[in-house]
Amino acid sequence: MAITLDQTIGQKQQSWLAKILGSQTFWVLIAVILACIFLSFATDSFATTKNLYNITRNVTFVAIIALGMTLVIITGGIDLSVGSVLCLCSMVLAVVMHAGYSIEVGIVASIGTALLIGAFNGILIAYLGFPPFVVTLGMLSIARSLAMVASNNTVVFEFGPDHDKLLALGGGAWFFGIANPVLYMIVLALITGFVLRWTRFGRYVFAIGGNEHAATLTGVPVKRIKVAVYMVSALSAGIAGIIQTGWLGAVTTNIGAGMELQVIAAAVIGGANLAGGAGTAFGALIGAALIEVIRNSLGLLGINAFWQGTFIGGAIVFAVLFDRIRNFRQSE
Amino acid sequence: MAVLELTNISKHFGAIQAVNDVSFSIGAGQVVGLMGDNGAGKSTLVKMIAGNFRPSHGTMQLDGAELIMHRPIEARQHGIEIVHQDLALCNNLTAAANVFLGRELRRGVGPLRVLDYKAMYRRAGEIFRELKSETRPRDLVRQMSGGQRQAVAIARTMLSEAKIVLMDEPTAAISVRQVAEVLNLIRHLRDRGIAVVLISHRMPDVFDVADRVIVMRRGRKVADKQIGASSPEEVTGLITGAIEQV
Repeated sequence: MAITLDQTIGQKQQSWLAKILGSQTFWVLIAVILACIFLSFATDSFATTKNLYNITRNVTFVAIIALGMTLVIITGGIDLSVGSVLCLCSMVLAVVMHAGYSIEVGIVASIGTALLIGAFNGILIAYLGFPPFVVTLGMLSIARSLAMVASNNTVVFEFGPDHDKLLALGGGAWFFGIANPVLYMIVLALITGFVLRWTRFGRYVFAIGGNEHAATLTGVPVKRIKVAVYMVSALSAGIAGIIQTGWLGAVTTNIGAGMELQVIAAAVIGGANLAGGAGTAFGALIGAALIEVIRNSLGLLGINAFWQGTFIGGAIVFAVLFDRIRNFRQSE
Repeated sequence: MAVLELTNISKHFGAIQAVNDVSFSIGAGQVVGLMGDNGAGKSTLVKMIAGNFRPSHGTMQLDGAELIMHRPIEARQHGIEIVHQDLALCNNLTAAANVFLGRELRRGVGPLRVLDYKAMYRRAGEIFRELKSETRPRDLVRQMSGGQRQAVAIARTMLSEAKIVLMDEPTAAISVRQVAEVLNLIRHLRDRGIAVVLISHRMPDVFDVADRVIVMRRGRKVADKQIGASSPEEVTGLITGAIEQV
């Protein structure tokens, strides 16, 4: 029977199964699950409530920022300033609350700081054509320095009248014993996933990463979207900073140091493509989870902590290897 | 009646006279081949019609009303669609997503509006069917042939009721079989009553599909003839300057 034009046009190219099997995120998820199963049998201490509670909570800070970073990476950009922005936002919150203001004022000041920094990064990149690497590298230095200025490089551990509220915000577990940061992470991931898939904004983020020139020609407000994306990235760092402050109960000027690399690693392991045009919210979480499971397992298995970097670096290269293999197959 | 009418259009950039006193008109359902060597001014001319540049002198009229545009995006609002030479496609998106890029269909109310995937797939499918192109709305553009990519870019022009479609070298970088496909797509546009301006270096394509040929040299219009009244040899002579003007 001849195949009609209608049949061809109506045909789906891939079944959902083929789509899942072809995704990097899926295979990283399998790796995480296998590692967890292995560790449950190999050690007594992995599958304990306390250890799982620790892992899930530790994942969150990197994962939340990785959500914002994923948006930036999808547009083909990079944000190196997130670790420092986390520090500055934590410090703004701490200093404002320490001065006797309520937690609401502290959070507004902190979020405002994050959005301001994101807007600064975004405007320089989108409107003045600065390379994202350079702008955010500069901001990496500036934000941490401002945190030192704001606190006079001291440790802040007294948060004024709302001290207990802040600690409950970050350290509590009001929902079935799940740590609060994990709840925030899940909610933020759902929002990010929804935005990427179902909104015009999300569509434009992908379009800019795929072909910025084409997006401009077809009337996509490329510059505005780019500014928004860097604001979201800084915002995610600010939110992570607020939660981390509540969890730690103290802020120093070196929190979040080097975190940008972990965040980028999480996003990339989860399937975000540094060349732009690809990435998912779920992938960011899975990438962050894999990094944390590797870290945790090395400790539990009694392997020298000096090996951590090697394993995490290996995971980055290995995850992207899948993507390369798929590309080679396609180009053949 | 003319859809587009250009009267004494000139454009200079500083001392450089890119387009010099060009007038012509195009009727509905007419395919006009715009030919000329590199630097002859055809790109500049088309960019004025597309809203990228404003003419230094002269007027443009669309359906009898004067056409003044400040930004390229306004061209679309006037019913002028452009198929760019590089097609302006995002490889990482589906065919349907590319067709609707910049004017996505959404459903819902107020701020709670989400992309209407179903409607966009359906409409894109209808357009491909009308173009008789074997292009699947759900496929990623990355995996498509040159002809299918052209179909996606041309499908964009059919979303709204376009009056004029400007095509910049649509057959420059594709295989012979796909050229035939693209020429068919152009005929489909014509049959819908859309005026097509086809910029091309390829003589056979223009003589195959166009009703009229306009030749530019050094910013001036040197010929404007019915295809039947001209020949590839004559057009070549006009482009190179071997024939001064007809």
